[in-house]
Amino acid sequence: MSRWLLKGCVPFIAAAAVAQSLQPVPPLAARVTDLAGVLAPDARDALESKLAEFEARKGAQVAVLVVQTTQPEAIEQYSIRVVDAWKLGREKPDDGALLLVAMQDRALRIEVGRGLEGALTDLAANRIIDETITPRFREGDFAGGIAAGVDRMIQVIDGEPLPEPEQHWNGPQGLAGMLPMLFMIVFVGSTVLRAILGRGLGSLATGGIVGGLVWSVTHVLGIAIGVGLVGLVLSLMLGFGGGGRWSSRPGHGGWSPGGWGGGGFRTGGGGGFRGGGGSFGGGGASGRW
Amino acid sequence: MRLIVAGFIAAASLALGGCGYNTIQTQDEAVKAAWSEVVNQYQRRADLIPNLVNTVKGFAAQEQAVLIGVTEARARATSIQVTPEMLNDPAALAQFQAAQGELTGALKSLLVVVERYPDLKSDQNFRDLQAQLEGTENRISVARNRYIESVATFNGTVRRFPVNLTAMIFGYEVKPNFTVENEDSIAQPPTVDFGTAPEQ
Repeated sequence: MSRWLLKGCVPFIAAAAVAQSLQPVPPLAARVTDLAGVLAPDARDALESKLAEFEARKGAQVAVLVVQTTQPEAIEQYSIRVVDAWKLGREKPDDGALLLVAMQDRALRIEVGRGLEGALTDLAANRIIDETITPRFREGDFAGGIAAGVDRMIQVIDGEPLPEPEQHWNGPQGLAGMLPMLFMIVFVGSTVLRAILGRGLGSLATGGIVGGLVWSVTHVLGIAIGVGLVGLVLSLMLGFGGGGRWSSRPGHGGWSPGGWGGGGFRTGGGGGFRGGGGSFGGGGASGRW
Repeated sequence: MRLIVAGFIAAASLALGGCGYNTIQTQDEAVKAAWSEVVNQYQRRADLIPNLVNTVKGFAAQEQAVLIGVTEARARATSIQVTPEMLNDPAALAQFQAAQGELTGALKSLLVVVERYPDLKSDQNFRDLQAQLEGTENRISVARNRYIESVATFNGTVRRFPVNLTAMIFGYEVKPNFTVENEDSIAQPPTVDFGTAPEQ
């Protein structure tokens, strides 16, 4: 019995061992991920804000990843796994790109999203690596090489006509930022509106205003209606003499509107930086120094 | 009466959905999409080769054998008619893979020969072509891996109960897959004679 069990498990154990020996893909938390400690904090911050500014202006997502090694995989295989997991770039134009550096392997790669293959061709990527990055790397100037390489990538991508960056994409973040203001509107605005229009109409108007504001930022009707309804309910509750009476009722004690709103909308905004769902087909170039 | 028909249609569609008919359709389309990506990337490589051969010829015209080898391998690879039916035909797929593998092998031996010509290696035009070729080879391997994964998913679905019954009724069979083996090992002349295939 135990031998049979063991036999059955061997493939799984083997698969686990193989999976373990591959380098893990680090979680995407920032545009610049330096696992090898090559970049000084201020150089990293400068790069980070440059890339953030570029995304706000152009919409394309460019990220930098520095690792110690990609062994046992070749840099190309590791790189495609990283971008498949990170999904850099917006979903439809697929405008993401990654600059990957493996310090111990003395190898680097520019991985190009499908939508950028027209501008950042294999050839262009190869030239950036050959002419801009590796000469600096050979002199030991890693921060300078990465920064100059990113500059040229940005320059090349700028030449590609891409859809305008939409508010839609960072809608959830915008919403999280709007939450305090929305609550202000509900609490202050609804008091005024209720005084003018009466409890029912005033609350309805408050809900409508809040929903409309959210819609103008996120362009997601579902979220707008949901937030509008929350605004309406909150406003109605305020009209009944504040949350105190409601929450003191048995069965309603645990229900706190603030907690619901905060928890519900934080999901999209958390984590700082996320890929937009862009896909990659293996385009780009690799180099060594 | 109308109610009965409506009920029957509703029941049938529910039953089909439950038996994985829709899953089969979705995954079948995914396999086709992955396949066309593979074909595109192989085509992209084939398009690069005439330029590459001409550039090498300018520096190393005496390497006749290797150059002709690449040109002929390309002709054989591009002469294979790529059809959607090929996806369900193990022999056709194997033939396609063998021809492309042979071209891969011929290209590799060309790049080995190139090592002997420093002028060629430092020629900007050649370096550009080499970068494009490397990029294309990488795209091919990415596309192949995705195709292999999509076929594995499809086959897993069609084999499993109760979807296997649905698949049997609608004539969906397990699809042949690419082998992950090193292409070098299949870089031998194929046994199939293609006659006088015109070079494109």
